[in-house]
This record gives sequence, structure tokens and C-alpha cells, in this order.
Amino acid sequence: MTSILQVTGLTKHFDGLAAVSDVSFEVKRGELLALIGPNGAGKTTCFNMLMGQLKPTAGKVEFNGRDITGLPPRKVWRLGIGRTFQITGTYPSMTVVENIQMALLSHHRRLFDFKSYAHLEYKKEAINLLELVGMPEQAERACAILAYGDLKRLELAIALAHEPSLLLMDEPTAGMAPRERIALMQLTADIVEQRNISALFTEHDMDVVFAHAHRIIVLNRGEVIASGSVEQIRNDAQVREVYLGGGTLYQSADGSADGEHSHA
Amino acid sequence: MGLIFAQLLTGLANAAALFLVASGLSLIFGVTRIVNFSHGSFYMLGAFIGYSLMQVLPGAIGFWSSVLLAGVAVGIIGVIVEILVLRPVYKAPELFQLVATFGVILVIQDLALLIWGAEDVLGPRAPGLKGIVRIMGEPVPKFDLALIAITPFVLFALWYLLTKTRVGILVRAATQDREMVGALGVNQAWLFTGVFFLGAALAGLGGAIQLPKGGADLLMDFTILASIFVVVVIGGMGSLPGAYIAAVLISVLNVFGVSYLPQSTLVLMFVVMAVVLTIRPYGLLGREEKAGEHGQVGEPELPIKPASLTIRLLVLALIALLACLPFVAPSFFTILATDVIVFCLFAASLHFILGLGGLVSFGHAAFFGTGAYVAALLVTYVGTPMELAFLLAPVGAFLLAIIIGWLCLRLSGVYFAMLTLALAQLVWSLVFQWDDFTGGDDGLVDIWPSAWLRDTTSYFYFTMVIGIGGILFLRHLAHSPFGYALRASRDSARQAEATGIHTKRIQWVSFAIAGALAGVAGALFVFSKGSVFPVELEIAKSFDGLIVVFLGGVKTLSGGVVGAAALTLVQDYITRFEYWRLALGLLIILVVIIAPNGIVGSLRKLAHWLPFGRSKST
Amino acid sequence: MKLDRRTFFASLALVGSLALPAFATAADTIKIGEINHYKRMAAFAEPYKKGIELALDEVNGAGGVLGKPLEFIFRDDQGKPGEAVKIAEELMTREGTVMITGTILSNIGLAISSLAAEKKFLYLASEPLADSIVWEKGNKYTFRLRASTHMQASMLAEAASKTDAKTFATIAPNYAYGKDAVAAFKKALTALKPDAEFVTEQWPALFKIDAGAEVQAIERAKPDAIYNVTFGGDLAKFVREGTTRGLFDGRDVYGLLTGEPEYIDPLKDEAPEGWTVTGYPWYDFEEGDNKTFVDAYMARYDERPGIGSLVGYMTVQSIAAGITAAGSTDTDALIAGFEGLDVDTPVGKIHFREIDHQATMGAFVGTTALKDGAGIMVDWSYKDGADYLPSDEEVAKLRPAE
Repeated sequence: MTSILQVTGLTKHFDGLAAVSDVSFEVKRGELLALIGPNGAGKTTCFNMLMGQLKPTAGKVEFNGRDITGLPPRKVWRLGIGRTFQITGTYPSMTVVENIQMALLSHHRRLFDFKSYAHLEYKKEAINLLELVGMPEQAERACAILAYGDLKRLELAIALAHEPSLLLMDEPTAGMAPRERIALMQLTADIVEQRNISALFTEHDMDVVFAHAHRIIVLNRGEVIASGSVEQIRNDAQVREVYLGGGTLYQSADGSADGEHSHA
Repeated sequence: MGLIFAQLLTGLANAAALFLVASGLSLIFGVTRIVNFSHGSFYMLGAFIGYSLMQVLPGAIGFWSSVLLAGVAVGIIGVIVEILVLRPVYKAPELFQLVATFGVILVIQDLALLIWGAEDVLGPRAPGLKGIVRIMGEPVPKFDLALIAITPFVLFALWYLLTKTRVGILVRAATQDREMVGALGVNQAWLFTGVFFLGAALAGLGGAIQLPKGGADLLMDFTILASIFVVVVIGGMGSLPGAYIAAVLISVLNVFGVSYLPQSTLVLMFVVMAVVLTIRPYGLLGREEKAGEHGQVGEPELPIKPASLTIRLLVLALIALLACLPFVAPSFFTILATDVIVFCLFAASLHFILGLGGLVSFGHAAFFGTGAYVAALLVTYVGTPMELAFLLAPVGAFLLAIIIGWLCLRLSGVYFAMLTLALAQLVWSLVFQWDDFTGGDDGLVDIWPSAWLRDTTSYFYFTMVIGIGGILFLRHLAHSPFGYALRASRDSARQAEATGIHTKRIQWVSFAIAGALAGVAGALFVFSKGSVFPVELEIAKSFDGLIVVFLGGVKTLSGGVVGAAALTLVQDYITRFEYWRLALGLLIILVVIIAPNGIVGSLRKLAHWLPFGRSKST
Repeated sequence: MKLDRRTFFASLALVGSLALPAFATAADTIKIGEINHYKRMAAFAEPYKKGIELALDEVNGAGGVLGKPLEFIFRDDQGKPGEAVKIAEELMTREGTVMITGTILSNIGLAISSLAAEKKFLYLASEPLADSIVWEKGNKYTFRLRASTHMQASMLAEAASKTDAKTFATIAPNYAYGKDAVAAFKKALTALKPDAEFVTEQWPALFKIDAGAEVQAIERAKPDAIYNVTFGGDLAKFVREGTTRGLFDGRDVYGLLTGEPEYIDPLKDEAPEGWTVTGYPWYDFEEGDNKTFVDAYMARYDERPGIGSLVGYMTVQSIAAGITAAGSTDTDALIAGFEGLDVDTPVGKIHFREIDHQATMGAFVGTTALKDGAGIMVDWSYKDGADYLPSDEEVAKLRPAE
């Protein structure tokens, strides 16, 4: 298994404070890799540097052997990385299917098309993607009135629109009911397998992580403190220490105790 | 040396009133996010009320208590405006309130004319401070020294109020996070009212305290408006020390500008603003404004769909009806309809970037005017035939929009709006000042269409084809992938960027397209009127555009066009009456209150409500 | 915010009624369209309108014109040229007016003048001062009543040429009128006094003067004399700062229009003393037509006339005379009627010149003084406009060929 994403010495300082320091890891092809850690461990900062929302202070990100450090998100996306956000960022003024069509239009470089009717373009592909995430019946609803869980699924569909080879998912199940979480993660895992894509995700819900991740990296205070298989991490003393300190490793499934997505 | 010091003192004294008024505007914006166009009217009222009080209250004590009482009185007027006019529309889309404040301007203008009469009044001098003192041999008016001393004191008092008292802490908290203050159990409505009192009172104080240096007149509401916006923006929206520094900077530079570069009086302020914003995009002491930080107020926009067949037929019928106009109505209606179409196209072009792009431009008239001037200049100097001039006008406006868009799009939200205002003013002052070329204020005249369009009816059909064509083109663009990309960039720039959309480039192109179409409107205008003057690129023209877009409904596709048509027709009718400004102002306020989603938005809601109709497209 | 159905339909009905302005009823009068900035420049437009109404009553009381009463239709243009053009077209096509008059602002005067030529309709520019209205941009269909910038500036230049002053400073609002006024003064003065030197030119933005700074800048140049074109609020601020800082001490000051009641009255007891100005000394007439007009005006309105009142009054007199001379309300006949027309007015006989359609209405030139806490003009004299117009050859060169 070769690596699709190679991260070396990634570091980010905010006003002199190190949010992420010297983080190195790789994502292998076909792998579902989880990035976990307590609140403020630097997971989201890390994610934002991978796709260009933030410029790293130091370090290197390579995608398929190509240096993508500091590239703007839209260019990273074009190289074949899809991303979902902890707090969803869909387009509330469009319908569900139009949200996906938008990504498809972008993928097919039709953004400066002044002629066609956008809502007719790539509709079939968009519906297919909606079917994939199990919400085709919602296609014509306004995105603004969607339930949060559905938004998360929609985001996944959008992220898959340009057939990425790597998915970055920041808390894909945050704010969802426990049963939904497991279903969504199962769905993601299936997609990753079927389409032979790789995925890196952060997650609070340890049940979800332990059930689906192929491998886990643990971040604490901006540093990698452990990495390895599910079993290795489960038994890692340092990880237990960190999580027991924070008390959230085996928390109840609703996951809201940590508060990180309370402002979502 | 003595002269330079004396000039410095003059600048500091001039900064006083400017700071007082600007700090009020900054405070109101900071807490309520309302861009208060009527702030200049508060300033004017302060001057008139102060003047009236000074006629009654004698002596130095009378003078200073008049100044304070004028502040209090204007503060109370501010409270009335806030409660009656603004409170009902806090939940309306962002910046919608500026339409209401525009109505307030009109009402106050006519009321002031009714109460104080048309003639300028000369401000009384401050008792005990009439003379001069010589500093290093140069005469310095005593009152200037008093102003220089008072201003830092006011700044300190405001600073103390805002940082050391509980009320102040709440106000500051509200400038950072409105929802949080609500969560603390503070009645947000009364906090806003209080802030409005303070802000208006400061404007009133500013108006009253400048009386010994000038007086009161009915034009002073608009004459100060641009300056205080500039001060607030240079200082940083919401920052009082910033407003002070900016007021001093502008005033002092102006004094030296007057001495060493007398022709600079028009542009200086805007050049300073453009330079400051280029270096520090959020003003000297302003905080970075994060996109979406304050949330989209109001309900999200509904998804759009191309018009249904019924609606298309309806529009077609309307157009056909319009085309019959020259046969059924007196020829004046043809002229009026031409005006309406031209203004509708202008409004539609602004609506395109404002509604679909979320780019609030306060300087859109620059492109309308540029289109008109490019055509007029070509005709005047090169004898270009109308047809060619007509083609080149939008090109000129397009190029200007490319430049202005490039400069402004690095900013967002209100800062974007303010920079467009500043650059539009620069263009205006260039046209105004360069009279050898542009004719200055006397404009360019005798710009009439070619023979085949010379007749009013033919020109009306020409305007119909081009104007309605332009409006339909923009409407189609809204449904095209490009229009979708523009809306995506507005809805969530982060998501758009993360899916390969170069949001700034999309916005830039849309800005340029909107500029070009405004230029088309300008060209239609100039050949229908036969002349063009700098007023066509003034702030007031840009504001007209904003008003109609908001009035029609930002979150609907046809808002701009409907608003423009409604306002032009109402205005044509209402200006026939003596107190038309009062009537129009009240009408605007009324519409704002009953229809906080704009005319189209509110009609659509109503249609949704009524049993017979659920029309989807507008 | 809900909206009940009744309000909605009521407002619909309202909008509907607004969209269909009533058609004007044709009456047997001769209608004149009068466009002005009644709101924007209320201080000037109101006395002007009163002057018109006074004269209208007199004309109609004496039997009207061509046997019909004269009727003015007053319209407000909001101070916008585009709006003024629209209104002018409405007045021409829908209201049945026979000619257009009005405007104070030069730019609007120019806009209407251009429209008049395009639509072949007569326009009498009553108040706008820009020279170009009758010269560079002059046309067959436009006449102008009031003494232009060039004429009034030349009168002041003549006065200035008679003093020892060598160095001059100018201060004028930074727009077309200010620039014209300075250029005309410089040209006329240099012709009369070749060694005159202009040491500084100040250009405050209109109605945004930074008076303290302007005074310091002029003081720095140490001129012998100052030529002032500022007016309105700018004038008040300039006079106050200048007086406070001693700018005017020992200097000759020439003020264009400064002596007009509209401008000098607001200054009250702070009106400058000893300035040479053009203006209107309504308080000082002892006899004659001037006196008759002032008395009639004050009897009717119980307030003093302004220069605008006089212009308004003379506008009606000119129109009545012009139509009478034409014998018809047909545009070509009207043009013929106005060309070379002589009109008896309070200031004496004026003449509408064939060559450039400028009337020879002059101006009062005098020295300012204070009396009973108000600024007045003393030692004034009436200068006939005919003496301050360029030679016919020059005018012919200025005007476009027809």
C-alpha cells in the first residue's frame, strides 16, 4: 500500500502559540484514517492546513507525491481532494440537488458558462450522488430547511462530486443522533471501500472511530502522541491518560459533553 | 514655523465637530450594525436647535447649555426615530435599515424647512471667546483653542463610559457579539435605543458646537455625510479613538492641502481614505471583519427557478402593453417610461451584485456616470456617431469596474461598501475638477441621438430593446452556472473555495458585468437627456440605486426592477406637491415598516399567505 | 410583521392612483413652464417665485397677454438636471406650455437649453449665470435675462482697476461657476491693469469650506486685495474667520454677488464692511420704478425682496413683452419677438440682444457697510449690463455658427 497523502513536520503558530507542532503522518491508499484527540488538540487546525484554508508556519504536505503546501483550497480540490467541515457550509439559497450540481459545474469547469440553465446541468449525476447518501427524495427541497444530519450527508455527497481520491472529513457526524452517526460512518466506510478512495477524518465519538477506522493517530496539544491500529490505540497508556484526564474516551454515545460542536 | 503651528491648530479645531458627529455614527454602527444615512440630519438638527436655544438663553452659560441641550434634544429625536422607524425592521435583511434612514432624511429636510425657513442662519459667537490670541505671532481664534481642549475631553468621557461602566461594557460586548448580550438577559432593544440616543446626541452636539465657526443651513445634512463616513472608515468602524485620529488626520491634512495644493480640496479626503484602506483594510484601529461574523439577518433566500410559462407570458404581455404606450398615451408617458426603463436597468445591475453576489456597493453610480460620460466625451471631442459611442460606453464602465473591483474586492461587508464609495467619489471629483475636459459642473451638453432615433417614440423603443434586453440578460445570468457560482460565493465562500470556485474572481467578473450594464444605462440616459453632469456619479445617485434595490427586495430576482419602477413613478407624481420630500419620506418609511422584505419579497409572502396563490417565481 | 389583506389592497389602490396622474385640463390661458430647485435652493427660489406671482397679478390685472391671462406652472426638479429635462419635456408636450423658464443652477440651465434647441422650444434662462448659456453653448432657442458671470465680474474688475492694489488673491468655490468667475475677473482686470498679479488662488469645495485654513493660506500670500466668489454658508464662514483673524484689515475686498440680500442678510451684524460688491440695495431707493417694485412687493408679502424677487418679476415682464411682441405663441414668432425686445423693468429699460440673446439687465455695484445690525450697500450705482459685454466680433467668435 503506497501513501496518498504525506505530511511532514507540519507546524502552525498563532501569535507565537503553537497550535500544531511538528506533526507527521501519512494516509495510505484505500485507508480510513482517524485523527483523534481532545478538545483543542489541533485537529481542525491540522485539517485546515491540509487543504489550504490555513497556511502552515512550517512543514510540508504532499499529495500523490506532489507538494501542495500552501496551495489555496480550490486548487487542492482540483487535484482530487474532497472535504467536509465540522460546521456545515452548504448554500442555503439553493436546493439540495443544486448544491451538488454546483460542485459538478465547478468540476467540469463550467463556472463561466453564461448560457445554460444551471439547474438542468448534471442533474442526473447529482441525483445519483444523493442516492448514494440516501436522500434522493430531498433533492428539490431548499437546503436552508434541511435537518442537520441531512446537511452532513449532503456535504458528503458534495465532497464526492468530483470523484476525489482522498476525502478529508472534519467531524463528519458531529451534532447527529447516535443511530444516525453509526449509519453515516458505515456509509462513508462503504463508499471508501467501493470507490477505492482514502479518507482522513476526525471524530469525537470513539465508538464510531473504533468501529470503522483502519488506523488512528492521536493528537494532543498539537503533537502526535500515538499512532497505530485500533487495538494499539485502545491500549496505549498515554492515550488513556489524555482521555481519562479529559474524561471523554469512552463517553456516552451522544458525545455532547465535550462541547466542541455546541456552537455548530 | 509659527504659521505651520497655527495651521496645525486650525486643523485640530476643525477636527472637533467632525469627530463628534463621526463618533456617533461609529457607535451606532458598531452596536446596531445600522448604516445610518440620516446621521447628517441629526447634525443639521443639532445646529438649528442649538441656534434657536442660543437666541433665548443669554451669556456664556446660555451658550454652553444650549450646546448641551441641543445634544440632548437631538438624542431624543434619535430615540424617536429608533423606536418608530428602526425597531420594526431590525429583523429585515442586513443594511435594509438604511432605506428607512433615507426616508428619515427626507422627512427631516422638509420639517427643518417648515420650522426654520429657507434662509441660512449664522451661528452666534461664543460669549467670551470672540477674539484671538497670538501664538508665535500668528492669530489663533480663542474658540478654536476651546474646541481643541474640549474634544479630547469628550473622547475621554466616551472612553470612560464605554470601558468603566456597566452600560459601557454591555455596549462593547454588543459590538462584539449581539447574541451574547441577549443571552446575558439584557434587553437588546433598549440597549440599541440607548446607543441611538448617545449617537444622535453626539451628532447634535457636533452641529451645535460648530455654530460659532459657521451656522446652520438646509444643505448641511448632506455636505457632512461623506466626510463622516470617511472618518469612520479611516478610523475603523466602531472605534472611537480611531474616529478621533482620523478626524484629526483628515482635518490637519486638509489645512495643509488648502495652503499648498488649493485645488486638492475635493479629492484629498478620498485619496487619504483609499490609501489608508489599501494599507490597512479595516481602518487605522478597526477590527478585521470576518465574513458572516454577524450572521445573515432575516430568513434565507428561497431557491430560484427560471420563470414559469405563465409568468413568461405575463411578462411578455406587459412588454407588449408597454410597446403600445406611444399609441395610447400622451407622449410624455413615453418619456417617463424611458426614464423608468433606464433606472430599472441601473437598479437591476446593482441588484445583480448586491442581491446575488452579496456585494453591497455604495458607489454604483460611478459606472452609470462613466457610461454616460464616455458616450458624451466621444460625441463631444471625436464626433463619434451615437451608435459607436453607445457601444464604447459600457466598455469604459467595464474597464473602470475592473479597476475598482480589483481594489475593493480584497475587502468585504461594510468595508467593501465604504471603499466603493470612496473610489466612486474619486471618479466624481475627477470629472468635477477636470473641467477643461469634462466641462466640470457645467457638464457636457448637446449629446443627442442619431437621426433615426431623434424622435421620442423611436428612442423609447430603442430604450425598451436595450434596457429590457439588459434586464433579461441579467436575469438569465442569475440562472446560469455563473450566477449560481456567484450565489455560492455569497452563501458560503469557504464551501465554494473548497469546491474549486475562485470566489474573488467570480465576484470580480460579476462586478465588471454589473458595471458594464450600469454603463449601458448611463449611455441610454445621456442620449435621452441630451446632457450629462457630475450629479450622475454622485453619492446621491448611488444611494438612489441602493434604496430601490432594498425597497424592491434584495432577496428576490425582480426586486431591483420593481423598486426602481415604483420609486420613479411615485417620485414623478409626488414631486408635483409642495412638501413632497415629507410625503415621500413618510411613504418610504411606511413601505419599509409594512414590507420589511421589500415590495416583491413581501408581496410574495402575502401571496403565500393568501389561499389563491403560491406563485413561486418572482 | 404580518400584513392584513385590507392594507395591502388599499396600498395597491394607492399605487394605482399614483401611476395615473390626472390629465391637465385645458383652460384658455397662456401657460409658461417654470422649472426650479424649489426645495434644494429654497432660500433663492422662494423670493423668485414671489416675484413671479406679483408680476403675474399685475400683468393679468391689466388684461393679460394677447387677451388671455398668463399662467405659470411651477415644477420642482430636485436640483437634478436629468429630472429637469424630463419635466421640461412634460411641460412642452403635455401641459401645453408655450415656453419654459427658470432655474438658478447653471448646469440645469444648460441642460434645458440643450433640450430647447433639440425640441425647438423657447427657453428663457432667468437666473443661471454661466456665460456659456449664451456663448459657447448658446443656441437659437435660448435667451438669458440676468447679468452673467462675465458681466458682474467685469464690473468688479473695473472697480479694482481704479485702486493701487497690485497683488490679488482669489477665493472661489471649486466648481464651474467659481472658475468662470475667477477667469472672467482675471481677464477683465489684466486688460485694464496689465501689471496686476494674482498671488494665490484658493478653491474651497462648495459648501465645505475650511475657512480657517483658507484664511491662513491667503494671509500667507500677503495680497493687496482679495476677490471673493464664495457664497452661502461658505461666505459666512469665510467672513467670520477672516474678520476674526484680521485678514481683511487694510485690504481691498471685491465680492461677487456678496451684496445680494440673499447672501448678505444672513451675516447680520457680521457683514463685512468696506467690500466692493455686486448686489441689490432695495432699502435705498427713493423714487422711480425700483421703489415702486419694492413697495408693491413689501406691501404684498410683508418681507424684503431679494435679487431673486427682482429677477422673477422681470422674468414675467420679459415674457409678457416677448409674447406681445410676437403676437402669437408659436415658437418661431416668439424667437422673433424676443430678439431685440425692449422691456421696461424696475431697473430701467433692458434689451434682449439679437447677437447672443443676452439681456442687458445690469447689476448694482456698491460698498458694504453696517446699518442697524445688518449689512447694506452704500455709494452704489446701477451699471448697465450693455457696457460690460464683449464686442460683437468677440461674441460672434464665442457663439457656435447656426
